[in-house]
Amino acid sequence: MKIATLPEIKAVHGTVLYLDGISVSFDGFKALNNLSLAIDAGELRCVIGPNGAGKTTMMDVITGKTRPDEGKAVFGQSADLTRLSEAEIAHQGIGRKFQKPTIFERLSAFENLELAMKADKRVRAALLARSSSEDRDKIAATLTLVGLQESADREAGLLSHGQKQWLEIGMLLVQEPQLLLLDEPVAGMSDQETERTAELFLSLAGTHSLVVVEHDMAFIESIARKVTVLHEGSVLAEGPMESVKNDPRVIEVYLGR
Amino acid sequence: MKFSVGGFAILAFLLVPILNLMMPAGHPLHLSAFWVTLLGKIMCYAIVALALDLVWGYAGILSLGHGLFFALGGYGMGMYLMRHIGREGQYQSDLPDFMVFLDWKELPWQWWGSEHFLWAMLLVVAVPGVLAFVFGYFAFRSRVKGVYFSIITQALTFAAMLLFFRNATGFGGNNGFTDFKRILGFSVTAPETRMALFVITAFVLLTTFLLARWIVGSKFGRVLAAIRDAEPRAMFCGYNTVHYKVAIFTLSAVLCGIAGALYVPQVGIINPSEMSPANSIEIAIWVAVGGRGTLLGAILGAGLVNGAKSFFTVAFPEYWLFALGAIFIAVTLFLPRGVLGILQRR
Repeated sequence: MKIATLPEIKAVHGTVLYLDGISVSFDGFKALNNLSLAIDAGELRCVIGPNGAGKTTMMDVITGKTRPDEGKAVFGQSADLTRLSEAEIAHQGIGRKFQKPTIFERLSAFENLELAMKADKRVRAALLARSSSEDRDKIAATLTLVGLQESADREAGLLSHGQKQWLEIGMLLVQEPQLLLLDEPVAGMSDQETERTAELFLSLAGTHSLVVVEHDMAFIESIARKVTVLHEGSVLAEGPMESVKNDPRVIEVYLGR
Repeated sequence: MKFSVGGFAILAFLLVPILNLMMPAGHPLHLSAFWVTLLGKIMCYAIVALALDLVWGYAGILSLGHGLFFALGGYGMGMYLMRHIGREGQYQSDLPDFMVFLDWKELPWQWWGSEHFLWAMLLVVAVPGVLAFVFGYFAFRSRVKGVYFSIITQALTFAAMLLFFRNATGFGGNNGFTDFKRILGFSVTAPETRMALFVITAFVLLTTFLLARWIVGSKFGRVLAAIRDAEPRAMFCGYNTVHYKVAIFTLSAVLCGIAGALYVPQVGIINPSEMSPANSIEIAIWVAVGGRGTLLGAILGAGLVNGAKSFFTVAFPEYWLFALGAIFIAVTLFLPRGVLGILQRR
């Protein structure tokens, strides 16, 4: 993958996600310590850091799973993420992929996407819902995009690990989020699958904002524009991949080991 | 599937009534009142099994307190039946016998309106429904899950049983209600009334089955399966999973209440032992034996286990609980998909 030749995408300017002074502690252990981070609209941001640096906790705070002890988390113009529930945050336009692929195992790949798709998600609407042909076309197109067109009717639990990862990414896409949070999206994928994932993410950037947490440095280097390094719950370094890679503090805590 | 529903309808709406009412007693094809009552009772249990399967098999919520909702429906119907004993009771009073025995002079407030059939039917659905709604809302909002939810539902039904054991609660204490005489003016022991109750129960069972099939086939049903398989993912997809769980739990409780109301006039008694924790566990065993997550399995399990129970409690009364335990262990170890699982594999 040659990133140097990729055209610079003109993104809509403005900050889509803004974390300010976030702190979270669990039984005295500070998982996040005065973390501040801003993601621009259309940006593809990579977040790296050693185990326990707070990467997953940061995603938990953004998606409403964990409430911070201190600090502000604002999405878009004014949505206060520290007050909304998980479902409300999803409706605001934040989609999340978990570290371990989390899909609906006993439903088919098609049904997984059907449930994830942007729609009225209240009880009464679900009781009376009928899928329109546009919906089905959209699901079929997404299945093709993530390479699962052959497995549409397969029970999702029977898919391979890499296919599950792709299905989960597909579920995020049909949700039409503005911001995608991707926790180790290529774990367990073959080299070829990883490469296709990189292509997909690069094509999404610009129209979507992406935050990718990964350990696979080759993958990070193939997609990275701006990288944030977390260490002990706060930002250690931030900037283009090249400068971060050569930062002596980063080498000491992370890359050097 | 079509065949079994049609077969059930023919059996329940034609064959049983003909064999019971048209065949003279003593004829080899005559179906005795004992069998009609037993089959009617098992159909009530099948409605309960369907109701539990909706929450456990499809939404992954194991309630071990469904006997409570069944009993509450039964008590609602029982109050109506008690009021219509009239002066034919032991003490020839307008008040139910147990109140005379306790030297009460007037009906307590809980009994207000209970002589009206429609009010009693409203209680049959509303009391279990409201209780399940309130209890479910607080439990699910607090994210009580898995075995913790099962344990607090056991505690709930146990607490209710203790409450109903007290005479002061006003529902006949540990004797509950019995000696019913009339329902809507018809004698409860007359063969025609029994047959009418049987046919109504069969109709309600069929309706419950069709309703459940519609629910699990809808997007709502798939969201329930999604919550069972990966609740966090369902939440991050934008579903307020608390609303879904409360909705199915409440519906399930209402169905149990209706089943209890059909059960009481056929069996002729309701007392707090219906709320015992063991009763609710037994309901879960019916569903597990039949095959949870399949609607026919729930009905089949209720039939098989209760059929076996009727046989054992006559033939070897002391051994029924051992047999029940053995069935449960065997199903858990060897038939994770229940009896229906074996039938479908063929």
